[in-house]
Amino acid sequence: MPSLSYIAALNQALRDEMARDERVCIFGEDVCLGLTGITKGLAEAHDGRVVDTPLSEQAFTSLATGAAIAGQRPVVEFQIPSLLYLVFEQIANQAHKFSLMTGGQASVPVTYLVPGSGSRSGMAGQHSDHPYSLLAHVGVKTAVPATPSDAYGLLLSAIREPDPVAVFAPTLLMGTSEEIDGDLDAVPLGSARTHREGTDVTVVAVGHLVPVALQVAADLAGEASVEVIDPRTVYPVDWETLGKSISRTGRLVVIDDSNRMCGFGAEIAATAAEEFGLAVPPKRVSRPDGAVIPYALNLDHALLPDALELTKAIRAVLRR
Amino acid sequence: MRLIREFEEHCLEMAVAGTIVGGIHPYIGQEAVAVGVSAHLREDDVITSTHRGHGHVLAKGADPKRTLAELYGASTGLNRGRGGSMHAADVGLGVYGANGIVGAGAPIAVGAAWAARRQGRDQQVAVAYFGDGALSQGVVLEAFNLAALWSLPVLFVCENNGYAISLPVDRGLAGDPVRRAAGFGLTAEAVDGMDVEAVTEAAGRAVAACRAGGGPHFLECVTYRFRGHHTVEHLMGINYRDEAEVASWTERDPLARQRARLAPAVADEVDAEIAALIAEAVAFAGSSPGSDPRDALDYLYAGTAPTRPGA
Repeated sequence: MPSLSYIAALNQALRDEMARDERVCIFGEDVCLGLTGITKGLAEAHDGRVVDTPLSEQAFTSLATGAAIAGQRPVVEFQIPSLLYLVFEQIANQAHKFSLMTGGQASVPVTYLVPGSGSRSGMAGQHSDHPYSLLAHVGVKTAVPATPSDAYGLLLSAIREPDPVAVFAPTLLMGTSEEIDGDLDAVPLGSARTHREGTDVTVVAVGHLVPVALQVAADLAGEASVEVIDPRTVYPVDWETLGKSISRTGRLVVIDDSNRMCGFGAEIAATAAEEFGLAVPPKRVSRPDGAVIPYALNLDHALLPDALELTKAIRAVLRR
Repeated sequence: MRLIREFEEHCLEMAVAGTIVGGIHPYIGQEAVAVGVSAHLREDDVITSTHRGHGHVLAKGADPKRTLAELYGASTGLNRGRGGSMHAADVGLGVYGANGIVGAGAPIAVGAAWAARRQGRDQQVAVAYFGDGALSQGVVLEAFNLAALWSLPVLFVCENNGYAISLPVDRGLAGDPVRRAAGFGLTAEAVDGMDVEAVTEAAGRAVAACRAGGGPHFLECVTYRFRGHHTVEHLMGINYRDEAEVASWTERDPLARQRARLAPAVADEVDAEIAALIAEAVAFAGSSPGSDPRDALDYLYAGTAPTRPGA
């Protein structure tokens, strides 16, 4: 049973899709060298299709848009998640709106790959954001894979999708590995994965908080039966899978590493309250409102959602 | 030029009448630029345009009937009524859209040129139109850098009409546009943008050099818009330009200059042909069906993604 690391899974998805489809190309900073490890070896294997760009995020993001309309399948790698703030115009205003504004004349099949997303432990304010909720809010299809096999499968689907898709790879998962049983395959966007079945409470966890939720569920096994679901794509959301689980358990806790105000957790909680027949009010575990991650490690960690907070939230919804 | 002028004169009336609901950014006075550049463009060449884009779109060959229908918000429009004046596009003709964000089209044109080279279409050229105001947008300068670094066949056309909305160019732009572009390694020159033959001549050299692998070029077309930035200005009675200044530029009307070069019979023939085309476009747009509000989000995605109602 071979072991696959999260970084190797992303690399393998790019490698396989570049071999399958010659339209796939990669733009980004230090991508020929493969500084993050994700694009390592691809420049040598595919002459001219892996392109090191100058430090011009706005230009190379729209460069990908133009190339996509002209028939390429670009993947844009961003070295830091906060760079998305620089290119919000190019993604939200240009790439995402192109299909509707042109009445469906063309689409923009670009993949935005954001490795190292979330706290990097001591990288401070401008290198620690995890801004997937922003793109979901705008309507850009957005995946946050939690395991190496999902990372492989979701990146494959993102590249094949005719629309712009963002794939966030959380920092805290980049070094993880998974034993792979069988072949790797594409994972459809908008399909949740139930990691653990349970009957008392549904925990919806995103990205690196999926293993945290699974650990908490295991620790609470004698006390409560916890179902753990990973939506895998935060837009679109697999409401069918989430709704069935939440309606059955009647209790919901969402744990996600975005800021609380207008974050992904708010959306899940609101929809559950509106539609899924909750027995008790839901709980959210997230960063605080408008959080900026401080440098000192204990301050950084203090703002991030963790197992202790999740345990408290689960107990709180079970008590009622 | 006559087609663009008549098309826009009609649009101005319709903007005042409310048929064109968002108003327009008139191109009147700048026609020589789009026409002179487009004289050298083939159907597979790509352009990205500005919010003042009707001239570029029509000169590239878009159907006036469907372009007008788009401005009317009709389902027969170029963009099925989803784009309107500021986003008119005809992707099949290489028109990657007028754009509501100043300078945003420049890197998109660079991307199209990169893809063309990647796909072996070496003879294809991409043209990015923008105004003098866009020279203050970082993304345009980043696009210059990429195109020059990779020696891509992009023609950057700066329509310097003297004003970025209401800001005169001498209060909005440090240095000289041609020298700024040349600093990035672009082959750059300025041309009289009020003379269609001068633009045609300069654009011809630039496009030919791009096709021959000469790398990106920059053309500053010195021109003037005879009307306000947007039709709303007219409604609000805003005025920031000296009457004598406007008069001195309208004396240099590119249409009048070109008409003087034509035999009167030929000019009359062109006028009659254009009048018929506009009448046809007005009839087509006016009789086109509107759009169905239930379909407002059609084309949001090319793939699947169910959206939930918002109310």
